[in-house]
Amino acid sequence: MSTSNLEVGLYIFVLSAFLGFEVIRRVPQLLHTPLMSLTNAVSGIALVGSLLIAGAHRTPLTTVLGTLAVIASTINVVSGFMITDRMLRMFRRRDEKGPQKP
Amino acid sequence: MREHLIEVTYLVAGVLFILALRWLSAPRTARRGVQAGELGMLLAIVATLLRAEIVSYEWIVVGLFVGSAIGVPMALFMPMTAMPQRTALSHAFGALAAAMVGISEFFLQTPHIERFTMGALGFEVLLGCLTFTGSLMAFGKLQGILPGRPIVYRGQNVINLSLLAVAVALAVYLVVDPGQSRLFLIVVALALVFGVFLIIPIGGADMPTVISLLNSYAGLSGAAMGFVLNNKVLIIAGALDGASGFLLSLIMSRAMNRNFRNIMFGAFGQVQAGAVAEIEERPVRTGTAEEAAMIFEAARLVIIVPGYGMAVAQAQHKVREFSDLLTRRGTEVKFAIHPVAGRMPGHMNVLLAEADVPYDQLIEMDEINSDFPRADVAVVIGANDVTNPAARHNQGSPIYGMPILEVDKARSVMVIKRSMAPGFAGIENELYYQDKTMMLFGDARAVVGDLVNELSRLRATA
Repeated sequence: MSTSNLEVGLYIFVLSAFLGFEVIRRVPQLLHTPLMSLTNAVSGIALVGSLLIAGAHRTPLTTVLGTLAVIASTINVVSGFMITDRMLRMFRRRDEKGPQKP
Repeated sequence: MREHLIEVTYLVAGVLFILALRWLSAPRTARRGVQAGELGMLLAIVATLLRAEIVSYEWIVVGLFVGSAIGVPMALFMPMTAMPQRTALSHAFGALAAAMVGISEFFLQTPHIERFTMGALGFEVLLGCLTFTGSLMAFGKLQGILPGRPIVYRGQNVINLSLLAVAVALAVYLVVDPGQSRLFLIVVALALVFGVFLIIPIGGADMPTVISLLNSYAGLSGAAMGFVLNNKVLIIAGALDGASGFLLSLIMSRAMNRNFRNIMFGAFGQVQAGAVAEIEERPVRTGTAEEAAMIFEAARLVIIVPGYGMAVAQAQHKVREFSDLLTRRGTEVKFAIHPVAGRMPGHMNVLLAEADVPYDQLIEMDEINSDFPRADVAVVIGANDVTNPAARHNQGSPIYGMPILEVDKARSVMVIKRSMAPGFAGIENELYYQDKTMMLFGDARAVVGDLVNELSRLRATA
């Protein structure tokens, strides 16, 4: 990475961190577990790096490591989003309850 | 042209991730947030697959397939009570991926690695490896494979810190001379060992802070990967993840009244053993389910205070039944949720939501505390230290200053508890010795079940 790329990267990192901080601060305690599992799913973006290593086919070692990384991050992406959605479906207000409750 | 298109797609993915978190600020829009996140992820993956660096797809397909084959059943069948373990495990996977990519990049580029790249690489691999083993240890503790009690020994901090210092020093040396691949492997090994040592001294009740912190580390190692690969969407997502984990650990440490130095590096869980000494024999008032039911019968406002004990006993469904029964009798029921109740941030909310308790009945600490003086009964189910009034006035107490649920201000208090054993902090809870407190000993699910039966019987005879 050249120096200018590093600078751009730092800008992106710092600004995203601040923005993330401000946005996440508004997430109520009620949803802290879904928040954590959603950020886990998003951190599955490591998949992007893993795909590049596994697909570049440079050396046997890196292909093995890359494939392991693809597996690990796919697990996070798939289960992260699915579990978050499963959790959020359970959160209902009193007036949104199904017909089984008066 | 294709390169530009890919970059723009990455940018859109980054924006979608931010929107996903933005929509998580209210339960009504939260599911839309998940969809935004999914779309962002899909775009990022497709854009990556179109990149020129990728020459063969066979291992990618294998990886995606195996990962989905593990991930889908995990998502479908994982019980909500196992959420803390699952979260720890997914931090481990995220960190593992970052570490693997980092190690691969090192061997692809050595011995000619630019200093900035090597610095980011060192950071990525160090954080990735220590978060990987650390999260596995946390998983082991939460799953009950490893003892949940803190494992402490003399000189622990010195050993841990020197281990880390050596690993960092070697990583810095590699920045100067990136050709030393053997040194690099030593850094990997040291970081893996350090992760284990970091989590060993931490006890169960500190898990909400630790899990948040590991979340943050996993995110930061992902961001470092973005610097190594010069990939902007990785930097954005890593920064978001890091910020989220950091913020949660701040909230958790504040809720446990621990300072920031404490969270950054270990030493949580080390409560002074001296505090256990002055346990005296004092009488407590023990009640039966029948007596308790009579009190509930007359109550207008009941506040339920759930804790980890409710999760362990899987009592959430019985608790909901109990709350429904009271509601049908015209009693108002609220749940008081302490930020660190349970083993991860928000743990109690998810369990109760699973049991079909409407979320507008789940009230945060700051808001519910003003309701306690108005409450006829406060029922503590498997919570301990977060209700101890000593935190308010006893300066000698290890938990002095910790924000608590002011259960002692209710007109009467019932505590459902297995035994008189002290809580995690190893200190007596004054609450139990108050005149207005009634202890109901037993497994939380069984006791609440008895309460439901007694209460229905009262109603039938009335």
